[in-house]
Amino acid sequence: MNIHEYQAKEIFGRYGIRVHGGKLVRNAGEAGEAARSLGGQVVVKAQVHTGGRGKAGGVKLAKSWEEAESMAADIFKLEIKGLPVRRIYITPAEDIGHEYYVAALLDRDKGLPMMMVCREGGMDIEEVAAKTPELIYKKHFNPLSGLHPFEARELAHKIEPDGSKAVAMAGVLVKLAKVFLESHASLVEINPLVEMTKGGFLALDGKMNLDDSAVAMRRDLESLRDLDARAPQQDLARDAGLSYIPLDGTIGCVVNGAGLAMATMDLVKHFGAEPANFLDIGGSSSPEKVVTALKIITADPKVSAILFNIFGGITRCDHVAEGIVEALKQIKIDLPIIVRLTGTNEKQGREILEKSGVAIFASTMEEAVQEAVRRAGIKPEEKS
Amino acid sequence: MSILIDKNTKLVVQGITGRDGSFHARAMRDYGTQVVAGVTPGKGGSNLDGIPIFNTMAEAVDNTEANTSVIYVRAPFAPDAILEASHAGIDLVVAISEGVPALDMARVMKEVKPLGTRVLGPNSPGLISPGQSKVGIMPGNIHKEGNIGVVSRSGTLTYEMVWQLTESGMGQSTCIGIGGDPIIGTDFMDVLRLFKDDPETEGIVLIGEIGGTAEEEAAEYIAQELGKPAISFIAGRTAPPGKRMGHAGAIISQGKGTAEEKTKAMEKAGIPVAKLPSEIGPLMKQVLVK
Repeated sequence: MNIHEYQAKEIFGRYGIRVHGGKLVRNAGEAGEAARSLGGQVVVKAQVHTGGRGKAGGVKLAKSWEEAESMAADIFKLEIKGLPVRRIYITPAEDIGHEYYVAALLDRDKGLPMMMVCREGGMDIEEVAAKTPELIYKKHFNPLSGLHPFEARELAHKIEPDGSKAVAMAGVLVKLAKVFLESHASLVEINPLVEMTKGGFLALDGKMNLDDSAVAMRRDLESLRDLDARAPQQDLARDAGLSYIPLDGTIGCVVNGAGLAMATMDLVKHFGAEPANFLDIGGSSSPEKVVTALKIITADPKVSAILFNIFGGITRCDHVAEGIVEALKQIKIDLPIIVRLTGTNEKQGREILEKSGVAIFASTMEEAVQEAVRRAGIKPEEKS
Repeated sequence: MSILIDKNTKLVVQGITGRDGSFHARAMRDYGTQVVAGVTPGKGGSNLDGIPIFNTMAEAVDNTEANTSVIYVRAPFAPDAILEASHAGIDLVVAISEGVPALDMARVMKEVKPLGTRVLGPNSPGLISPGQSKVGIMPGNIHKEGNIGVVSRSGTLTYEMVWQLTESGMGQSTCIGIGGDPIIGTDFMDVLRLFKDDPETEGIVLIGEIGGTAEEEAAEYIAQELGKPAISFIAGRTAPPGKRMGHAGAIISQGKGTAEEKTKAMEKAGIPVAKLPSEIGPLMKQVLVK
């Protein structure tokens, strides 16, 4: 789960990383007032869950509170990568020196957290990594004991020649590692970390991505969720224990297991159509889960055929069949439903569906996908 | 032969009184696994269909000489369960639990490594050596004794592939799900090394998916050192970047971990990649003949 810049900065502040005392606003009038109280010269920053805000015109420097108000009005009208701007963060403008990049992230290949620093901050770090990887320094650290001060100094001295400045920067890195570990983050990034002309370092921006598994267990993290940015269908899915991601195609997919769900989507594409979604009904699937899955899929107007691909292990085929029958009692579905059932209680599942006559059977996943593509009005064609 | 588990495996079920734990304890025993004990804190002294239940792993191991454990407890309790099994001297801990935070797993592995215990998972379907022992949640009946080793990051997709092999008349030595999380105890490389040393495993199916670079490393190992034929299947060609596809580890982040890259790495290493599940059987036959 991504959290906003203003939320990340609030957390940084609690750990003693210096941040601006900014103000969060929800309309242009509030923006003007906030700017006035911060002294007029401010930065006006859209709070959306995507990168590239600056390029999209979502970050502006205002010289007066009047200008801040009119800039905010414009930014509130923006859509940044398809996301509406509902919140803006107003921060005081600052005279700044050099800009650095610092981040803590999880290195899955080593199974360890890692601190990553670069002298060239304020730009796209992926570009730096591609063009001049030698400018980036990395150090793994112990997830039990955190980043030791000596480890932080080793990194800081590599990107800051001035000894006393490097020592001060090392202090920020130690705190950043602590934020990372204690927030169950998968990424904490300060880009840029800036040297202030009056001395010390300031986190001018902040980006945090939290581990969804930890968010599910920790109320303090869950409370950071942006309720405005939610999608109703995805919430419905999450509450029901389903994993759902909407996509652009026409074949609605209901599958048990993430790997099989991905393979099913790939097959839809292979046979010339596009999947409308990723949907994993999970392991021990009850009929209710299947009902919810069908409600979610049929709410998507793009869907023109529904494909079930079930390989029953813990998932029972009869439960899935019961769910389909029950869903059809609750909602009207005019779309063709193509079903592949293999594994636990396959026979019972088929019998339930045959009796109700609501589904088209296929015996393998490839047959099922081709049939779904055909029923969606597309000529199945192998593309690879 | 097989790897990691066989007919001599003595299994403890951690969380045996829970819904999943009790269901699978019975299913594993019915398959033929020696389920020698269960552990649920506070429920020691009782039993499940004659399987004795202990309060702690230490007691269970002392009383039964168990060498393997499988964990069905809910995610918040899984890290402690893994540590408890490791400290009790278990050789192989199989963590089925889904939703363990990655950093908690990183901490667990840091503590477990010096103890010498092998952890499989979390978020793993478990493993099976057909005809000998099953430790996990997979349906036993789709498997068949034989000489193909299967290693995968997912659950049901593995069943699909195993079923394709079985339908093509090819049995399996051991089938292993390493788990779909970003931080796991045993990776592709570990399993491939074990398969290399198992004389009865003649060919290998590696089932990968988007996220991370484990498939790329595995491809290199297969080409350089494995010395046995292998084929592959990679899921997630249509997955959009930045979205977590169910598995916590299945995410294309910062342009890395795409199915294309993984497929390319496999093909570069001379490992055929099946585009359709139905190609698994024929492809395996082809590479075995060579």
